[in-house]
Amino acid sequence: MSPTRQPGDPSPLRAPLFFAILALLILLEGLTTGWNSALGILNMGLISAIMALGINLQWGTAGLFNAGAMGFLALGGLAPVLISMPPTPGAFAAGGMGILTAFVVATIALVLSVVTWRRMPKGRARGLAVTAILLVGFFVYRALFDPAVTAIEAINPSAAGNLGGLGLPTLISWPVGALLAAGAAWLVGKTALGLRSDYLAIATLGIAEIIVAVLKNEQWLDRGVLNVNGIPRPWPVPYEIDLQARPGFAEKAQAWGLDPTLASTLLVKLAFLALFIVVILLLIWASEMALKSPWGRMMHAIRDNETSAAAMGKNITRRHLQIFVLGSAVIGLAGAMMISLDGQMTPSSYNPLRYTFLILVMVVVGGSGSNWGSVLGGVLIWYLWVKAGDWGPEIMQAVMGPLPEGDFKTHMINSAAHMRMLLMGILLLVVLRFSPRGLLPEK
Amino acid sequence: MEVINALVALTNYVIIPATAYGAQLALGALGVTLIYSILRFSNFAHGDTMAFGTAVVILITWGLQAMGITFGPLPTALIALPFGIAVTALMMLGTDRVVYRYYRRIRAQPVVLVMVSVGVMFVMNALTRFLIGVDQINFADGERFIISARTWNQMTGMREPLTLRTTQAITVVTAAITVAALFWFLGRTRTGKSMRAFSDNEDLALLSGIDPDRVVKVTWVLTAALATIAGTLYGLDKSFKAFTYFQIVLPIFASAIVGGIGNPVGAIVGGFIISFSEVGLTYAWKKVAGYLVPAWEPDGLVQLLSTDYKFAVSFVILILVLIFRPTGIFRGKVV
Repeated sequence: MSPTRQPGDPSPLRAPLFFAILALLILLEGLTTGWNSALGILNMGLISAIMALGINLQWGTAGLFNAGAMGFLALGGLAPVLISMPPTPGAFAAGGMGILTAFVVATIALVLSVVTWRRMPKGRARGLAVTAILLVGFFVYRALFDPAVTAIEAINPSAAGNLGGLGLPTLISWPVGALLAAGAAWLVGKTALGLRSDYLAIATLGIAEIIVAVLKNEQWLDRGVLNVNGIPRPWPVPYEIDLQARPGFAEKAQAWGLDPTLASTLLVKLAFLALFIVVILLLIWASEMALKSPWGRMMHAIRDNETSAAAMGKNITRRHLQIFVLGSAVIGLAGAMMISLDGQMTPSSYNPLRYTFLILVMVVVGGSGSNWGSVLGGVLIWYLWVKAGDWGPEIMQAVMGPLPEGDFKTHMINSAAHMRMLLMGILLLVVLRFSPRGLLPEK
Repeated sequence: MEVINALVALTNYVIIPATAYGAQLALGALGVTLIYSILRFSNFAHGDTMAFGTAVVILITWGLQAMGITFGPLPTALIALPFGIAVTALMMLGTDRVVYRYYRRIRAQPVVLVMVSVGVMFVMNALTRFLIGVDQINFADGERFIISARTWNQMTGMREPLTLRTTQAITVVTAAITVAALFWFLGRTRTGKSMRAFSDNEDLALLSGIDPDRVVKVTWVLTAALATIAGTLYGLDKSFKAFTYFQIVLPIFASAIVGGIGNPVGAIVGGFIISFSEVGLTYAWKKVAGYLVPAWEPDGLVQLLSTDYKFAVSFVILILVLIFRPTGIFRGKVV
């Protein structure tokens, strides 16, 4: 933060240089493979960058290890389904009330058991009472919940079979996604923070698996593995068909030397891109402002020396909970954005390597604690991940070319797709070892 | 009679599978707990170490089978196991030399080591996939059953079936031998004692002239052995799939923490607590209930939780332990 540069400081040109290299890579992709693919990588890269910003808040600013980004991402992705899809006719009347009552019963049972635990004197009676409350609560819950679910899933099972959404604009679902993720994060953080540092990692790993399991299995909620398709796009983004049908569009596209279909897909991607850039800039602005404030200085003080911060009267667990919830909210936002970009919710596509651990690689490679670093890391690592999937088999083909055909050669070429895993692991280890501050170190 | 039928059904569907699964979890949790007590971090790469070790064992098994070597009624994989352990141990020692040693030298924070183990996890995962691919592989051979449903029926004349698969018996026996050997090693040998001393108080151990590098090396070798055995047993009992091994780290961590991380006895008890809760809560109790309460004709499966939520069981137990007794049942370490 000092105005004069220290000898070890990175050059001020470092960030522009790296972003220029990144732009060049995307440009090359556009010129060689096509703009559709280049913009596709860029859009998904920016969403990854938002996830990385969330993880960076937790890991970079507070040193909290979140091994469950996938879960918060998936939960955020539920928001577009519940907010912006049209409601399934008759579903709420059939089972909506039943499900709501079941949840109310479950909440009452949980609250009651917590109150009993706190109020009753210590002893066997307390344990028995709490167990009894929980057991009765569970069976009442199942008795209300199961018939409601059956009723909802019976409605038009081939196309719906779920509750559907509220039919509100998709942009509203983005902050709702953030809220959903924040709620889950609060529950996890409340129990796992303040204990040993890696308990949080293990607890988040668990909640992530559970959230994805819920999304896969609860058909009344999001059709489970049957997927929800046709999630409406957020406000300014047009549909390709509408664009092509617009009078004068084809002529304009031709004037640019583009096929109208291609022009429409490119325009849609550009609209998403603009939207994502606005969100990223807002997020970076907000977190830079927050980190410059007394609150941000306190967070850095806690990260750099917990004991001395505690001695100054800072409540470390509360601050950690706060930043953990904030970071998870950002991941939830990214989840909602990703689902609106894809236009569909496919719960079986959530894979921890891709959506949890790859994000950690992005943050570490970009530079822990540096917001621009997370953006750079997000896009760059996503680019490498996608391209390594293509390059792996090509390189392997070239290497294995002179060898005779046979089991070994086929095996090696088939395994080449896993090279990107190896690449990411080695990248993470090398950066952690030789350049722990990442490509764009924190100022 | 009905009560006995209920007991047989319970043994067949809950007790036997949960015991085998519990033994596998216990071995896995022992590996995690050893790393934790000596190197002081939670090793996220443990599941992939298990997968790597198992992949090596499978390759050697195939090699042996191709040479015509089998183990009679027992799975050939048991012959391949020691070789698999040796390869995995070399791999672990290499990883320690190249990756982890540096962080010990600079005395990095535990959470940095956890991040490093994520990097190792990626690499191990990729190596396993290179070696053996991502498909489901069944490598159990030899006799399939010790007691098949038919022999059971002939033995007892009962209509309720009971089966005991060879792999289940092998799992329990191998796990018992492994645990006994491990406890003998930790309790009786000089190296084992120095490991426990190192775990209890690093500075004091260093002052007494214990060579930390040696302790760390032995720890990695033991971990490699535990991981390979656990992985192979799990693969024999169910089947091998790289991704399942990645997912199994959650119940393994839960077992270690429930028992008290850093405490070997706790790891074993934790493994069985997790496995019995998981199997018990996801088992459809209809049959047992039908025997016990003949008048009651339940319309559902009387299943408390769908099997898809088995991870939720480990998670909920984990959360309960974190809330009520963060040190675990057997008072593990809390740093």
